[in-house]
Amino acid sequence: MGDNIRVVADATCTFCGCVCDDMVLTVDLDQKRITKSENACVLGKAWFKEHAIEERPFALVDGREATTAEGVEAAAQILANARFPVVYGLSDTTCEAQRVAVAIADMVGGCLDTTTSVCHGPTGIAFQAGGESTASLGEIKNRADLVVFWGGNPAEAHPRLFTRYAVTAKGMYTPNGRKDRTIVLVDVRRTPSTPVADIFLQVKPRTDFEVLWALRALVKGRKIDPSIEQRTGISLAVLEDLVDRMKRCRYGALLFGMGLTMNRGRHFNAGAILALATDLNEFTHFVAKPVRGHGNVTGADNVVSWQTGFPFGVNFSRGYPRFNPGEFTTADLLSRGDVDAALIIASDPASNFPKAAIEHLKRIPVINLDPKLTHTGQLARVSFTTATYGINVPGTVYRMDDVPITLRPAFDSPYPSDEQVLSAIRDRVRELLGGNRVPAGDPLAGVAVS
Amino acid sequence: MAEMMTLIGGRSSKQGTSLCAGKLGAEYLQIASTVEMNVEDMARLGLSNDSKVRLRTPVGETVLRCKGRATKDLPPGLLFMAYGPFSSELMAGDTAATGMPISKNLDVEVEPVIDGAPESGEPHHG
Repeated sequence: MGDNIRVVADATCTFCGCVCDDMVLTVDLDQKRITKSENACVLGKAWFKEHAIEERPFALVDGREATTAEGVEAAAQILANARFPVVYGLSDTTCEAQRVAVAIADMVGGCLDTTTSVCHGPTGIAFQAGGESTASLGEIKNRADLVVFWGGNPAEAHPRLFTRYAVTAKGMYTPNGRKDRTIVLVDVRRTPSTPVADIFLQVKPRTDFEVLWALRALVKGRKIDPSIEQRTGISLAVLEDLVDRMKRCRYGALLFGMGLTMNRGRHFNAGAILALATDLNEFTHFVAKPVRGHGNVTGADNVVSWQTGFPFGVNFSRGYPRFNPGEFTTADLLSRGDVDAALIIASDPASNFPKAAIEHLKRIPVINLDPKLTHTGQLARVSFTTATYGINVPGTVYRMDDVPITLRPAFDSPYPSDEQVLSAIRDRVRELLGGNRVPAGDPLAGVAVS
Repeated sequence: MAEMMTLIGGRSSKQGTSLCAGKLGAEYLQIASTVEMNVEDMARLGLSNDSKVRLRTPVGETVLRCKGRATKDLPPGLLFMAYGPFSSELMAGDTAATGMPISKNLDVEVEPVIDGAPESGEPHHG
């Protein structure tokens, strides 16, 4: 370690949706790397350790090293000449960069989608159908005496959710931390999260909806046939006991993961758990929150909603935003071969999308922004190396409970931020198109009003 | 000797730490190309830890190394693997008009590999 050391207190980890903002980072400014990250979990420690400055080209265009400006020109030409491009990703960058990405999608009259569509997109659909009984994580920490984790494995995906907010954390009305809470875990398999629970419900695969609907019925005093156990793996007695605990608790929280949304039933599963929370509010205070994965995926929902009125899966082809999951969501657009170009920011669909979608990504011009080389970067026609948000780049991110948090970067990067690259692309596309491809019009023009 | 099983894709701690180092790195590719399987199922199929196994769906197939899990942790008939390029090989593009492809509880055909086929995580496939 060199002598040029800086300590950054109250820094923010952007690895996962917990967005823990109590990091104490020791930074070797000569080597441009973080040498110590106090308070970080195992994922956060890896995040800070592995995001030193790498020797990478500023940009690659058709596999050749290029300047950022050359990359911007190539990217702008692709977007200006595309007939139906998609702008996708955005869950690991700042709200400031997300805002510019929305402007680009609007300008080119394309589609705008975020990783939410393959994460808690079904939950977003369910919100629109049934609403959300919500809370901040601070409220859960201070008040919740019954916490149910459903379809998730926070011990491995969000380690500090347990210690900072929902299990061992001591709060205003939970002064004894763990002793003041009952923890329930619902999953199809035992995970490192299971030992944390007082009660573990090991449901059979594809039966979450049935279990949730049975709980709703029991909450409302309806009869459930004991054969529910053969169907779901959970006995009626266990369900009745859980309902009794949920009704008697002072403040309950349902924290659910992608075990509900990536599963058969998708938004019906998410809607069922949200409805269960609503039902329970006739008896006590209950909330339901999706547990979010990436550091600013919640910010993406917020920014896209502010700007367009919809959280993801938005299309601008008519000059105004339209929302239609299944039509304007990226997995569908790519799998069907609809889009003819893709601008992918801070995500890696080439390593987690369906096979047909990845095959289409290989056929079309892709523009990629990422601090690291990824599978998507490998197939991109234009690939930018960008600085890492939170470590090199200031800005705003949203915690999974929609609380905005300001980033305190640790050291400078020689690479531009996503916002800087996107702003340059936006400006050049505007020059090439002379403004929005589809002029904003009156959405009701031509619609007969009776 | 293929059997139908249910595959759950998900996150793991090692997947999370290794992707910080880089998704093209050997550690990440090794983790993403490992499938956890019930030990009784493995014994019946003649598999042991690190045996190669082929998973197949109507859209694609991938060859992975398997790792045994006790019945109390992973019930018979259930498989778990970390999300990554190899789980993508098995995913269908249909989202039932939601935007969300199914990546948990996939029906997969499981078959021991006895012909020495390279596993999907080996470098020339990476």
